[in-house]
Amino acid sequence: MSVPNPKVLSTSSNLATESIATRVPNRKSPSVRYQSYLRKQRHHYLSIRLVQWLVLIVFLGVWELAAHMNWIDTMLTSKPSQILASFKELLIKGDILHHTWVTSKETLLGFIISMLIGTLIAILLWSSSFLSAVVEPYIVVLNALPKVALGPIFYIWLGDRLSIYGMAIAISIIVTVIMVQSGFHEISKSKMKLMESFGATRWQMMRMVLLPASIPNFVATMKVNVGLTLVGVIMGEFLSSKAGLGFLITYGGQVFQMNLVMTSITLLAVLSVLMYWLVNMAGKKMQKIYHFD
Amino acid sequence: MTQIELRDVSLHYFTPKEETKALQHINLSIQEGEFISIVGPSGCGKSTLLSLISGMIKPTEGDVRLFGEKVKEPSKRIGYMLQHDHLFEWRDILNNVLVGAEIRGMDRQEAKDRALHLLHRYGLGEFVHHSPKQLSGGMRQRVALIRTLVVKPEILLLDEPFSALDYQTRLNLSDEISSILREQGKTAILVTHDISEAISMADRVIVMSRRPSTIQSDYRMEYSNGRPSPFCTRETPEYHTYFNKIWRELEENVRT
Repeated sequence: MSVPNPKVLSTSSNLATESIATRVPNRKSPSVRYQSYLRKQRHHYLSIRLVQWLVLIVFLGVWELAAHMNWIDTMLTSKPSQILASFKELLIKGDILHHTWVTSKETLLGFIISMLIGTLIAILLWSSSFLSAVVEPYIVVLNALPKVALGPIFYIWLGDRLSIYGMAIAISIIVTVIMVQSGFHEISKSKMKLMESFGATRWQMMRMVLLPASIPNFVATMKVNVGLTLVGVIMGEFLSSKAGLGFLITYGGQVFQMNLVMTSITLLAVLSVLMYWLVNMAGKKMQKIYHFD
Repeated sequence: MTQIELRDVSLHYFTPKEETKALQHINLSIQEGEFISIVGPSGCGKSTLLSLISGMIKPTEGDVRLFGEKVKEPSKRIGYMLQHDHLFEWRDILNNVLVGAEIRGMDRQEAKDRALHLLHRYGLGEFVHHSPKQLSGGMRQRVALIRTLVVKPEILLLDEPFSALDYQTRLNLSDEISSILREQGKTAILVTHDISEAISMADRVIVMSRRPSTIQSDYRMEYSNGRPSPFCTRETPEYHTYFNKIWRELEENVRT
C-alpha cells in the first residue's frame, strides 16, 4: 500500500495515454449528423462517377453488339474492338505516337505564342485608350471572321508546316486579346487611384497591379485558349499537312478507313483532355503562388 | 504655418452632353497639425476637393497651394487614404505596406524598418507575413493607414475611410486613427458624411453646400475642458451643440 506497485502505475499511465489518444480525435471528430451528411455527399459523388462510367460502357457495348449483330455497317461506323486492334497495330508501327506528338507540339507552341502575343497586344491597348479606340472595330471584324477562310493565305505565305501555327494562333489570339483586355477593365479603378495617389507611372501600375491582379483572368483565358488552339491545329492539319492527328483523320477519310479515323479521333479526345488538365494544373499553381486560391 | 491654401478654386466637369459645376469659389487655408473634417450633402464634391488638394486633378479656375507652392502633380508630401483599403491579395501585409515606398523609389531597407516599426507599434506585429484575407476589416484599414504613413507624408487626406466598416469597428478605429495622427503630428483632412464622426475627430468642421458647392460654414471645435479623445467627445455638452448646428445646416441644404 505504501509503495505503489510499478506494474499498476504503468498500466494506469497506459490507460491515461490511451484515453487522451481517444479523446483528442474525438474532440475534433464530427457529430453523428455531420457524419451522415458526409456519407450522403460521398454517396452522391460516387453515384455520379458510377453512372458516368456506365454511360461510356453501355455506349461502347451497344456499339460493339450492334456491329456484331450486323445492325450497323462497320465499313461506315467501325467498332470498338476494331479501333483497339488498329490502335495496337499503329502503335507497333510507331507512326501513331509520332502523329500524336506532332499535334501536341503544335498545340503547345501555338498556345504559348498566342497567350504571349495576345497578352502583349492587350497591354498595348490598355496603355493607350486612343489606340484601343482606333483598333476596336478591326478587332470586332477579326473576331467575327471565320478564321478557316484564311487557310489558303496561310498556306501560300507560310508553307505547309508553319501554316498550321498560323491557323492555330489566328483562331485563339483574338479571343485571348478580348478576354485579357476585359479582365484589365474589371480591375477596380480605385486600386489604380491608390497607385496614382502615390504618383505611380503607367509602367508601375502595370507591373504592380494590372498583371498580378489579372492572374485569375489569365487562368480562365488559358483554359479557353488551349481548346481553341487545338481546334486551330486540327483545322490547319486538315488543310495542309504531312503529319499529325488531323492529317490522319483526313487521310483515313480519303482512303475510307473508318478504323483509322475513329482511332485518331479517340486519341484526339484523350489529347485534348490531357492538354486541358495540364493548363488547369499550371493555372492552379499560378493562383497559389499569387494567393488567389 | 499655412500648409494648404485654396484660392478661389472652381472645378467644372465636362461631358459631351453637359458642363457640371462641381465646386465654386472655394477659399480655404489649413494650418500645420490641424485636423479638419469636411461634411456636406452627398455628391457635393467633398472627395473632389481632396483630389484637387492631392494634385490628382487640376482646378478649372483658381490656385491650390501646398507649402506656398502651386500644385501641379501628385505631391510626395501628401498621403491619401481611400474608402476601401485596396490591399493587394498577392502581397503579404508587410509588402502591402511597402507599396507606396516602392512606387516612390524610397530606400527599401529604411522603409521596411519604418513599416515594421509602425506595424508593431499599432498592434499588427504578428500579422506581418499574413495575407490580407486573414485580417478583419478594421485591421485592414489600419494596414492601409500604415501604408500611407510609411511614405512619411506631412498631410493626410482621408476619403471616408471608415464608411465600409461596421459601427463598432468604426468607432474604435476612428478613435485609434485620430490618436495615431495626432501622435505623429500630421495635418489631416477627413471627408465624411457622418456628422458625429466629423465633430468627434476634428479641430475644425467645414460644411459644404449642394452643387455647385461652396464652403457654407467653418466651425472651430472648442471644448471647455480641453480636447477629449474622439470617443469621449460624444459625451460632452459642446458635442451636442455642434451636432445640432451642423445637422440643421445640412437639413436646410437638403430641403431647399
